Amino acid sequence: MKKILIIGATSAIAEATAQRFAKEGASLYLLARNEERLASLAADLKIRGASSASYALLDVNDRVRYEDVLKEVIKTLGTIDVALVAHGTLGDQKACEDDVDRALLEFETNAVSTIALLTRLSNLLEKQHGGTIAVISSVAGDRGRPSNYVYGTAKAAITTFCEGLQARMFRSGVHVLIIKPGMVATPMTEGLSMPGLLVAEPDQIAADIVRAIEKKTDTLYTPWFWKYIMAGIIHLPSAVFKKVNL
Amino acid sequence: MKPLQRIHGWGRYPIIEAEVNAPLVVSGVKSAVANFLTGGMIARGLGRSYGDSSLAKCVIDTRYLNHLLDFDKNTGIVTCNAGISLADILEVFVPLGWFLPVTPGTKHITVGGAVSSDVHGKNHHVSGCFCDFVEHIELLVSPDNVLLCSNTSHSELFHATCGGMGLTGIILSVSFRLKPVSSAYIDQKTIKAVNLTEALELFEQNYASTYSVAWIDCLATGSSLGRSLLMIGEHATDHTLSSPAKHPIIVPVEMPSSLLNRYSIQLFNTLYYNRITKKEVANTVHYEPFFYPLDGIQQWNRLYGKNGFTQYQFVIPKEAGQEGMTKIVKEIAASGKGSFLAVLKVFGKQNDNLLSFPLAGYTLALDFKIEEGLFPLLDRLDSMVLDYGGRIYLTKDVRMSERTFKQSYPRWEQFQAVREQNGTKGIFASYQSRRLGLDR
Repeated sequence: MKKILIIGATSAIAEATAQRFAKEGASLYLLARNEERLASLAADLKIRGASSASYALLDVNDRVRYEDVLKEVIKTLGTIDVALVAHGTLGDQKACEDDVDRALLEFETNAVSTIALLTRLSNLLEKQHGGTIAVISSVAGDRGRPSNYVYGTAKAAITTFCEGLQARMFRSGVHVLIIKPGMVATPMTEGLSMPGLLVAEPDQIAADIVRAIEKKTDTLYTPWFWKYIMAGIIHLPSAVFKKVNL
Repeated sequence: MKPLQRIHGWGRYPIIEAEVNAPLVVSGVKSAVANFLTGGMIARGLGRSYGDSSLAKCVIDTRYLNHLLDFDKNTGIVTCNAGISLADILEVFVPLGWFLPVTPGTKHITVGGAVSSDVHGKNHHVSGCFCDFVEHIELLVSPDNVLLCSNTSHSELFHATCGGMGLTGIILSVSFRLKPVSSAYIDQKTIKAVNLTEALELFEQNYASTYSVAWIDCLATGSSLGRSLLMIGEHATDHTLSSPAKHPIIVPVEMPSSLLNRYSIQLFNTLYYNRITKKEVANTVHYEPFFYPLDGIQQWNRLYGKNGFTQYQFVIPKEAGQEGMTKIVKEIAASGKGSFLAVLKVFGKQNDNLLSFPLAGYTLALDFKIEEGLFPLLDRLDSMVLDYGGRIYLTKDVRMSERTFKQSYPRWEQFQAVREQNGTKGIFASYQSRRLGLDR
């Protein structure tokens, strides 16, 4: 029976992933801000086959609470087989350009909090000599684009941080998975106009995540074709890149 | 205000702009409803009703209210948020040996939508509608008033909401009975009927079968008028509850609507009708191809091109059966419109839900691409259906007149009275309810 910790557990991708783990009979511990959603998610996971589904409230920007919350997680789960870090916000890029505080808050939520959490989690798993830390980054971190570069900057920071962590944790048998989803139809992207053919459903992403955890993949582009799209975008000469408004 | 979204029903006609709010929790529904109180709003799930019944200027999108809340493995009663899909229910419960008591021809609808449309399936003649298996629903009639409705509590509101097209409030959760099965497979028999008369006879001969439906060639004429393939089925008992991996294909873009014309459809129908050469073929198939053949082709609604399409589904009472069906199918065959997706089915008796569609008789459903001359044809069909005492399915409808509706759904006044009593008239309203004269 796998023991799974999920931070940002009510994000659509995290929920779909949790439902897949529940089907296998996992024990889950869910952390998020929305208590009402957490409660119904926990009920849902138990019906889908989870051995247990506990939850607690956590605002990732409330970093002083990390130590206590993680203590409680360890008390409940014992060990952690998979820690999925899935929280994040897709701030309004335009508003971030006009408001310094807003831009910094985006960075705080999407990068600073993740770095702080990963630091604590990596020390916990290092002591266990095993387990997986799976982190949802984004294709947006591969190259700064005018439409979402504040969000992209935070995701780039996480990706780089995790690359270092991968090499460090490898020595103690801990797997670090960097997840880079493309466009996904979720409440976070609700109302955005996205090219229909490229948009994935959360459950497709979840299936890829579960498989990548099993296969101990280092970096997962999901759906797979984003690897090639991003290779194209990264290699566009900047003279061209600046002119096409991506 | 959030930017407006362009939305449409499954028929991709009409396309409108709406303010869409997609809450994650019940308290979010309450505040969304409070926000929309002046505008007239409608709940919308996966957008699979064909016409304009999930369209309004303000839309509460329930797709994210998608959790299972309770399951009693002794009784098979499941309680879930209204926005969960039938696909999700099947995925969780088939491996445990439970199946939907009633299912329409797609699993990509929400449970809330199944209640609002009081959907029927291939077993209507023996099992009735989806709502006949509903224990109770939680219905939000106003931001501070959520009522638990069932056959015994707020029963008038219950019978108005089941099949009520979302016009009585927002369904928050549904508790309904699954049925036990020992296999994910169906023992199927396909029988060829050379014409409509034989098809209707076969329905009567196979009335005891749990599932029955016929694909009908609506372009065949003369002595072949209404030639059909009747499919009947029973749940297999082979104790295989697992499902094979599925790989749906997708129609990536809108197809030119000229691809579907009288000749291409005639060709398809002839090939399809002759795909079995014997009078009768028996085999065992997974429940997916048996119940949801079209779910294997994602976005098949794009086949009809940029103007979209509509599905015309009517029922006529059994007394009128043979004569009425023949007259209507003749009219359709003569028009040369109509399509390769025509379905014929026998219904059992009607239930107590005020706007529920089925009544004891025969139903025919077929797709038409939206084009010039279509609506006049459908108006002619409407008057024939009315003459025989039948009616049109609200979930498919996009153009029926107020007069046709009020004449064929005689319990509409009772329905309005319940809405008025509960203060939901005008608050929960759709393009359809306005067109049908239920709201202004």
